[in-house]
Amino acid sequence: MSLWEYANPAKFMATSRRPMQALGAAAAVALAVGLVWGFFFTPDDYRQGATVKIIYLHVPSALMAINGWLMMLVASLIWLIRRHHVSALAARAAAPVGMTMTLVALVTGAVWGSPMWGTWWAWDPRLTSFLILFLFYLGYIALWEAIEDPDTAADLTSVLCLVGSVFAVLSRYAVLFWNQGLHQGASLSLDAEENVADVFYFPLLVCIAGFVMLFVALVLLRTRTEVRARRLHVLTMRRRMSA
Amino acid sequence: MKGLKKKRRIQIIALAAVALGLSTALIGYAMRDGINFFRSPSQVVEAPPPPNEVFRIGGLVENGSIVRGRGETVRFSVTDGAAAVEVTYTGLLPDLFSEGEGMVGTGRYVDGTFQATEILAKHDETYMPKEVVDALKEQGVYQEPNAPLPGG
Repeated sequence: MSLWEYANPAKFMATSRRPMQALGAAAAVALAVGLVWGFFFTPDDYRQGATVKIIYLHVPSALMAINGWLMMLVASLIWLIRRHHVSALAARAAAPVGMTMTLVALVTGAVWGSPMWGTWWAWDPRLTSFLILFLFYLGYIALWEAIEDPDTAADLTSVLCLVGSVFAVLSRYAVLFWNQGLHQGASLSLDAEENVADVFYFPLLVCIAGFVMLFVALVLLRTRTEVRARRLHVLTMRRRMSA
Repeated sequence: MKGLKKKRRIQIIALAAVALGLSTALIGYAMRDGINFFRSPSQVVEAPPPPNEVFRIGGLVENGSIVRGRGETVRFSVTDGAAAVEVTYTGLLPDLFSEGEGMVGTGRYVDGTFQATEILAKHDETYMPKEVVDALKEQGVYQEPNAPLPGG
């Protein structure tokens, strides 16, 4: 009994269905609770007023945009080293989900920045690396579509994923390396200092949990679709051969 | 990757990761002046840029330094604790702009004053409800969250 057993497509299809449904339902509940709580039952910020509520979409989506790419990196490395097809398909399945998260973070950030900073975009290190991450998502999806042979496509996209991780890491830590930027530092951190008051913090945690579960549920769903699509492809090829 | 043994694949990936990390660090270090969004008042005072260079300056708006002139002209000084630079600006200011808050201005440094053409507000990472801050101020225990100066 080892963890790699789940890399077997049949085993993966059999075991992933229930967790996917459970996570999807839990995500719906968490997002409904977190967003309604955050949007309607929290006070205004002392300087930002009601604009602070954008945090409930911006922070979780940005978090999942970066973590989504890192998940794709792990899946790509597993593919490159151990050659499990389900792993490559999981990376492929996660890309459009991560891309959407990146877009949500960019748009909500612009909506927040417009009244707060006085501009909706600036070539700040963090913003710039995030935009590059978005372009990497687009390129990654395009590369999968561009190559016919699935194994070659998986190899090349895995290498692209490795390169893109530079910008996933930078969008998180650019604030530390180049501290003279426009974007504020991390509001949420695991160390002791508290920057966000509890009234904002708890609904934000619920929203983050919702986004994490939504991401995992969507990736599982899309991976299952990819596995089925490949099976279908093999079956059609076989029929064409025999006919 | 297809024809290679597993051990060789791991070696290549490790090598690629090290090369990527190293090149990122080198590029980031070499271009840090271009990647940093603004210069601090200390950097400007230390090495004053020529009057025709357009750059950004960032820091805290010094307490009690805002002087509103005729029309929309504003004069204030921006500080990082070590040095302060006079700024003039004509135009609309963002919501968050006020004394003791962070700002980033674009413009030129002419005769010891920074003539800004654009002012942005820099928000810090503290979020607090209005009622709490009002209550703290009433009790006289409220401290400006960015009273200690930001790094740089």
